Amino acid sequence: MGVTGSPTNIQQRSKTKGGIGESTLRPDGTLKVTGEFAYSSDMWHEDMLWGFTLRSTTAHAEIKSIDVSEALATSGVYSVLTYDDLPTEMKNYGLEIQDTPVLAHGKVRHHGEPVAIVAADHPETARRAAAKIKIEYVELPVITDEASATGPDALLIHEGRDDHHIGHVPHPNIVHRQPVIRGDADEAAKRADIIVSGDYVFGMQDQAFLGPESGLAVPAEDGGVDLYVATQWLHSDLRQIAPVLGLPEDKVRMTLSGVGGAFGGREDLSMQIHACLLALRTGKPVKIVYNRFESFFGHVHRHPAKLHYEHGVTKDGKLTHMKCRIVLDGGAYASASPAVVGNAASLAVGPYVIEDVDIEAVALYTNNPPCGAMRGFGAVQACFAYEAQMDKLAAKLDMDPVEFRQLNAMEQGTLLPTGQACDSPAPVAELLRLVKSRPLPPEQQWLSAGEDADVRALPGGLSNTTHGEGVVRGVGYAVGLKNVGFSEGFDDYSTARVRMEIINGEPVATVHTAMAEVGQGGVTVHAQIVRTELGVNQVTIHPADTQVGSAGSTSASRQTYMTGGAVKNTAEAVREKVLEIGRAKLGTYHPAWATAELLLEGGKVVTDGGEVLADLVDVLEDEAVDLELEWRHRPTVAFDLVTGQGDGHVQYSFAAHRAVVEVDTELGLVKVIELAVAQDVGKALNPLSVVGQIQGGTTQGLGVAVMEEIIVDPKTARVRNPSFTDYLIPTILDTPTIPVDVLELADEHAPYGLRGIGEAPTLSSTPAVLAAIRNATGLELNRTPVRPEHLTAT
Amino acid sequence: MRVNFTVNGRPQEADDVWEGESLLYVLRERMGLPGSKNACEQGECGSCTVRLDGVPVCSCLVAAGQAEGREIVTVEGLADYAKHREGAHPGTGCGSSGCGTSLDDAKRWQSKPTDGRSGETRELSPIQQAFIDAGAVQCGFCTPGLLVAADELLEQNDSPSDADIREALSGNLCRCTGYEKILDAVRLAAARQEETV
Repeated sequence: MGVTGSPTNIQQRSKTKGGIGESTLRPDGTLKVTGEFAYSSDMWHEDMLWGFTLRSTTAHAEIKSIDVSEALATSGVYSVLTYDDLPTEMKNYGLEIQDTPVLAHGKVRHHGEPVAIVAADHPETARRAAAKIKIEYVELPVITDEASATGPDALLIHEGRDDHHIGHVPHPNIVHRQPVIRGDADEAAKRADIIVSGDYVFGMQDQAFLGPESGLAVPAEDGGVDLYVATQWLHSDLRQIAPVLGLPEDKVRMTLSGVGGAFGGREDLSMQIHACLLALRTGKPVKIVYNRFESFFGHVHRHPAKLHYEHGVTKDGKLTHMKCRIVLDGGAYASASPAVVGNAASLAVGPYVIEDVDIEAVALYTNNPPCGAMRGFGAVQACFAYEAQMDKLAAKLDMDPVEFRQLNAMEQGTLLPTGQACDSPAPVAELLRLVKSRPLPPEQQWLSAGEDADVRALPGGLSNTTHGEGVVRGVGYAVGLKNVGFSEGFDDYSTARVRMEIINGEPVATVHTAMAEVGQGGVTVHAQIVRTELGVNQVTIHPADTQVGSAGSTSASRQTYMTGGAVKNTAEAVREKVLEIGRAKLGTYHPAWATAELLLEGGKVVTDGGEVLADLVDVLEDEAVDLELEWRHRPTVAFDLVTGQGDGHVQYSFAAHRAVVEVDTELGLVKVIELAVAQDVGKALNPLSVVGQIQGGTTQGLGVAVMEEIIVDPKTARVRNPSFTDYLIPTILDTPTIPVDVLELADEHAPYGLRGIGEAPTLSSTPAVLAAIRNATGLELNRTPVRPEHLTAT
Repeated sequence: MRVNFTVNGRPQEADDVWEGESLLYVLRERMGLPGSKNACEQGECGSCTVRLDGVPVCSCLVAAGQAEGREIVTVEGLADYAKHREGAHPGTGCGSSGCGTSLDDAKRWQSKPTDGRSGETRELSPIQQAFIDAGAVQCGFCTPGLLVAADELLEQNDSPSDADIREALSGNLCRCTGYEKILDAVRLAAARQEETV
């Protein structure tokens, strides 16, 4: 045994590289740039079949009959399944309420609902066969808004609805309702010198992740199935899939395949059960890949919303009260609507001190496309409205909009409308100061450049629609407040398995979690955390699957906090175990083994004073330390269903934006010139990834401000623009420079002090752009996205 | 029908191709080259961009038959292509038995113990390395198409302005990054190119 660490053998302490706080590069980067990274749509299996889903062409109808005979007789078709072929009594699934049919039975409730599935030897064969399925519909009236959903003669979207929310909603076509009442808003309103109210409309946004819903189901010899799929939460999928298949959970083995973005759109199931059903029925591997058209029907969207807000303010600029009502359209199935309602209600006031509030948020059942999770989750819609209100109030007071916000900004210790104290830094005023103090981008270049002006920088860009005439510039600000993690008493936990051993004379750690890497960079930070805690350079990230405990969802800005926390916690336990082994083997060589605080650094055991006691190679030898532990954040409670009071959230995150826009007032075209952002991240575990997340979130907010909307025909509830030709997301020409300021004010309750970051930048980006357009044009603009006709009054 | 073409420098033939099959489908499902991505299959997102006789095209909009007798470079062959840019024949890339993602390969995926520069020493083109270094890869689904388009830009223009970069990449959608780091990556590759000249 080679022994190091005798008192006379003091070695140089060597820091482990690639730990937290460094901009370590992605471990999957090389595979992604060479085209070898295995996304879910890339899976291939010998003898595999292709699945295709037939979807309803109508939004609300009774199904009188389905005839699949001609489809089934098509050469190359192996199986055609409908509701009647489902193997068990469990024919629905759902995240919170099991109201979503695997395949429509009796009724269809929205345009694009899956009705039948086909497996064939070529994707085109499957598509053509599906087109031969004959369905007889009897059309029903469509419910598309609050009036038609809750009117006296309203049809029930879900007859015989029976769930735990029903006692608290005024109508069965309301999925969930959450009031938040604190103080006495009516009484406080009497103190107001100015009262400002407004009605706002937020359009239906799509996650528009680039990697389509897809995966491969492979039937197994034991009667089970192996599913390779892109998702946000393997164990949540498993919990919903297994009962429908009639299989115990251990016979449905799920492995995460490469995920091409998610943004909430992969929280609900899409093709998972369909692929498994076809694979089990045909005995062959079945791959399903949605095309973009299907993708628009294959996942839930961001809830469109109608919001009514009223704020009061005193002459010296202090907010007196706030009243609001937020109506979210949940579409045909519940998905995450109850939680979105909870977020919208509890965060409706934004990052401001208002003691007297009267808030109500509801989500409707309608025949519109189902809506659920998307980046910002209920807080986005509210932020759009309260930030417009802040600008209106500041204008009435003739105050600077940033100073007005700073005057009313919440800070550490502020009680939120739920009565929960914000017990970590809340640098709202500081974030606004940061974006405001940035130098403004150069003035309109064409004013001085004349003929030489680069038209690409103007609204309309390459279309060469203007040379600057009719173009005006505006600047706008916004700030937002988002919760981090799952709220309202949810038992939110994550699991990590960490193994440390000596391989080829080097200490190596392996991390195994079920965390869905959807692009956010979790695999990078897990390796960084393990390097920091275990002092090894070599860290292998095991593929995510259901052979390890749940990691919870890659959503709600929670994954670095939760699975990062689980990896940290488990790595610390592994470290203790390693030190125990070291003490037993080598403890007699140096008194520090028993007395000092010991660390693992650079492959060695060192004292906190930097003295090297041993090489890990000598401590572990042939032994491996392998632990799997669950980790929880501090508990939360459900909001009171009448008053909305309760410590419902785990942590908050904050971001502020300043937008600079130029508007061609003749054509109604907007060019966003710059979108500066400042965000508090608590601790930047990987600064490069942090900035990437902030810029990406900002761009999604920009998209919904000026172009993104799923348009649903109000008469038929049919989707009009399910394609990238008609649903526009920002291109590199639409996206401006996005300078980022990052604050790191530690939250003492979180691992390393970190704060979830993914969602906050999406909140304030949209209202900042709207504020800038209002500033440029003087128009009121109460809906998003802003369209040319809103700017030209045509 | 049978289609004969050259992919990443290697002559290939695809049999039993349907009339309506796209070049993208043939590359992904018949050649085992899934690097070109299927994000919209409408020519809107640029994720499936390949070089067809040197010209960047959306392979989803090219009928497989149109590729008859022509030369195609996909992201899988980009490093070789960049290396042999001056030569008559662009590398030897992957063949039908080469770079696809079989299930066995997919099952064995692990992120190896490295700092992002893959465990295996692999030669990358300058633009590929710049995308990794600049943090321009997040989910990575848009990356192959962007790389092919950006590589062609740098071939045509060795010191593009920001406006040039934006114009050249305007046909490639990215939903994760906000494009800032993609701009950084192209600037970085251009700067490194200048250093080596």
